[in-house]
Amino acid sequence: MSDTVRWPRWLTFDNRFLAPALITCILLGGQLVFGFLESWSRTLLAIGASIACELILGRLIMGRFPHLASAYISGISVGILIRSPFFWPYALCAILSITSKYVLRWRERHLWNPSNFGVSAMLFLYPAAVASLSIQWGNFVWPMLVVWCLGSIIIWRLQRFHICLTYVTSFVLLAGVRSLLTDSPFLANVAPLTGPMYQLFVFFMITDPRTTVSGKWAQCLVAALVAVAEMLLRLAGVIHAPYYALFLVGPTALAVELAWKQRRRALADREAKHEQAGEPRLVNTETVAS
Amino acid sequence: MTLRVKRYLLTAAFVGLLFGPAVYLRSVAHTSSPRERADGPAREQALERYGFVLREAAAESGIAFVHEAPRVDARLDHIAPQIASMGASVSVVDFDRDGWQDFYVTNSAPGSANRLYRNQSDGTFADVAGDVGLADLNQPGTGACMGSVWADLDNDGYEDVLVYKWGRPELFRNVAGQRFEPLGPQANLPDWANIGSATWLDYDRDGRIDLLLAGYWPDDLRLEQLEHTRIMPESFEYAKNGGRKWLLRNLGEGRFQDVTHELGIDSTRWTLAVVAADFNGDAWPDLFLANDYGVSELYVNEDGQRFREAGKESGVGYAPKSGMNAAVGDVLNQGRLAIYETNISEEGVLIQGNNLWFPAADGSLRFDNLASVMGVELGGWSFGAQFGDLNNDGFVDLYLTNGYVSGEQGTSYWYDFSQITGGHTQIISDARNWPAMQGRSLAGYQSKRVWLNDGSGRFQEVAGLVGVADRHDGRAVALADLGNRGALDVLVANQRGPLLLYRNQVADGRHWIALELEGTQSNRSAIGAQVRVFWNGQQQLQEVVAASGYSAQNQRRLQFGLGTHDVVDRIVIRWPAGRSQTIERPAIDQLHRIREEE
Repeated sequence: MSDTVRWPRWLTFDNRFLAPALITCILLGGQLVFGFLESWSRTLLAIGASIACELILGRLIMGRFPHLASAYISGISVGILIRSPFFWPYALCAILSITSKYVLRWRERHLWNPSNFGVSAMLFLYPAAVASLSIQWGNFVWPMLVVWCLGSIIIWRLQRFHICLTYVTSFVLLAGVRSLLTDSPFLANVAPLTGPMYQLFVFFMITDPRTTVSGKWAQCLVAALVAVAEMLLRLAGVIHAPYYALFLVGPTALAVELAWKQRRRALADREAKHEQAGEPRLVNTETVAS
Repeated sequence: MTLRVKRYLLTAAFVGLLFGPAVYLRSVAHTSSPRERADGPAREQALERYGFVLREAAAESGIAFVHEAPRVDARLDHIAPQIASMGASVSVVDFDRDGWQDFYVTNSAPGSANRLYRNQSDGTFADVAGDVGLADLNQPGTGACMGSVWADLDNDGYEDVLVYKWGRPELFRNVAGQRFEPLGPQANLPDWANIGSATWLDYDRDGRIDLLLAGYWPDDLRLEQLEHTRIMPESFEYAKNGGRKWLLRNLGEGRFQDVTHELGIDSTRWTLAVVAADFNGDAWPDLFLANDYGVSELYVNEDGQRFREAGKESGVGYAPKSGMNAAVGDVLNQGRLAIYETNISEEGVLIQGNNLWFPAADGSLRFDNLASVMGVELGGWSFGAQFGDLNNDGFVDLYLTNGYVSGEQGTSYWYDFSQITGGHTQIISDARNWPAMQGRSLAGYQSKRVWLNDGSGRFQEVAGLVGVADRHDGRAVALADLGNRGALDVLVANQRGPLLLYRNQVADGRHWIALELEGTQSNRSAIGAQVRVFWNGQQQLQEVVAASGYSAQNQRRLQFGLGTHDVVDRIVIRWPAGRSQTIERPAIDQLHRIREEE
């Protein structure tokens, strides 16, 4: 928890439960008030498959049972975000999401946000059976506002609000650009942002701590780049643009950061060795030239 | 096993899981996709294999009708193909009681003419709408015709007709099959309403047929001349800002009384199809409403005194979709009516899936959606569909037409459509916010579906193989035995497209039986009568309904295929008035005209 924030004792609990609590609120609110799920059974199947997969793979690969908050969020995201009249896509998507964490790794980090990977793969590979959530928060403004406000507070507490703010701001600005380029109404271009799909995308996918770069400004830059990639995909008429944009930009940024960090670490190690050996420091040639 | 080995194995499993099912499904889809043509030897093979083939024969039958779309306000020009996307309809009737099925089709452009095609009993049809007074119903300022539905409202033996519109509904009395007279203001119809569907039912079983009008657009809206542009649904899945419903009780002598609210019908959803049938076996006709932009509704008739909305209770009112069709059929010959409701399915965009609401085995008012299990779920942007035994094998098959807006080939409006329909009510409900279509297609040029019922819970798609290859923007489907041959022909009304007549050739050796009912205590059209045919250790239930499908009405005559069995054990008729009538060992391969016992 941040040192700068002091919460009343009764409001404090493990930060790992905040995101699951928020997504559970979205799920329950959306379903009980509007019935926005394909069905309870499909969503529960996704959650169950996700948790079971996490338990099995965690034990098998890591040798221990992992904390299940991440699997729970992935399962619930899959259960809400994909739409299919069949059952199997929910199980398959959840399993692919979790398994991707254990397989698609580089320098001991998984690169893709699990549910972003699973949902993107399903939309790309199984278009005849799967679509994505594309509906509204009923006919009222307040449910949308409540989720935005509640989500923002929680994400702020988790110190990732700047990512959401950057993405949303970029999206709105770029919606204006798209509106100009395509001569289409601005509100039509902004419209997707008003639905629950984007709230899940903004609060749970682009902010995922495990798959975002470190450093506040770098995170803002990547969020803006996701929005730019999304705009390009949208201009090409790609319907699932946000998922694909994050799928492309997120892991690339993380890989670049990991590579850069490794290079710096190597340089530092070499420098330390030279110092220990009493040799002169390596000098940055660019600095000298300037 | 080392960690490295575990990781290798996991990676292999992951890759297999990621791509394996996709490769398998694509190979299955590729090998099972039917060829598009059925002519020459292929046609003979199809006849042998499937027991029937269809052949489009409108032109040679004297039918040359192309639907013209409604005109809308200039402020809707940018999305006009979507707004003016309805109006093609077809209803079958023997209006002159000559024993041959005629049919009526609506047009929708201002000044365009409707057609009443009279069956000349020689395989051809002649348009007599102008002669009898049913042609000129799209006069400027009166709205656009959307459909028609027939019933004998005055019990004189001749079927009368309601023509519903986005505008002023019109009710005509059939004068001895010679001409049609408009009923005056005593009919108590709304002066203006944007009706999406209508049907006749004798909800109180008093022997006089009553009328249900189901609104689509808000009631006061005049699409040709808008006061504002906030006319669109407030939501793609939760809209309740559509048109109201009217339940009009027939008081006799051409007078009707509005009893809608008194009887508990308060829906303002965007209704596109309605079917009235007895779903809970209490002999009172219930109402199923297929609603666009929302959930379906099921109004249970409580002894003719009140209707109770039981959508959630019955299971049909949970998943909001884009309901566009309502047809009933006894899918597994179990003596229970299932409901087929169409929705939208577009690969990679929106997979709502059609609904086959299958009734619970315990007789309770409970339905499960078995469309996926039975293979009738994905039909594109589906519109009209009808149950009927196309090959007379003893099981009802399913004919479905589809396609929304066929614009310029190779273009798509789907991206813009998906973007705006995901927006909040403040955005989606204003037509100004909708991106311009610019001639692009939205689910256009779609292939139709003809699903053959194997009787054990699976349907097989054979459209291309049996001769259905059109790609028009289909709306209404109606089934009728136009040649009195014991074979159900198919009429398809297409938006901005030609009316199609598919003549049905059924393989030899398949038997059938048909019934034409006439009520005496019940309404004379016998709407609401249930007929069970028992043969070969099974039974099939059919009910006489008025509206069925989307903007369509099948022949009122009930036809049952019998397969190769040449004996019918008995027929049991439950008349709307309540009395049952049994006919033992009726002759087969013929039509029986049965009058209610007095």
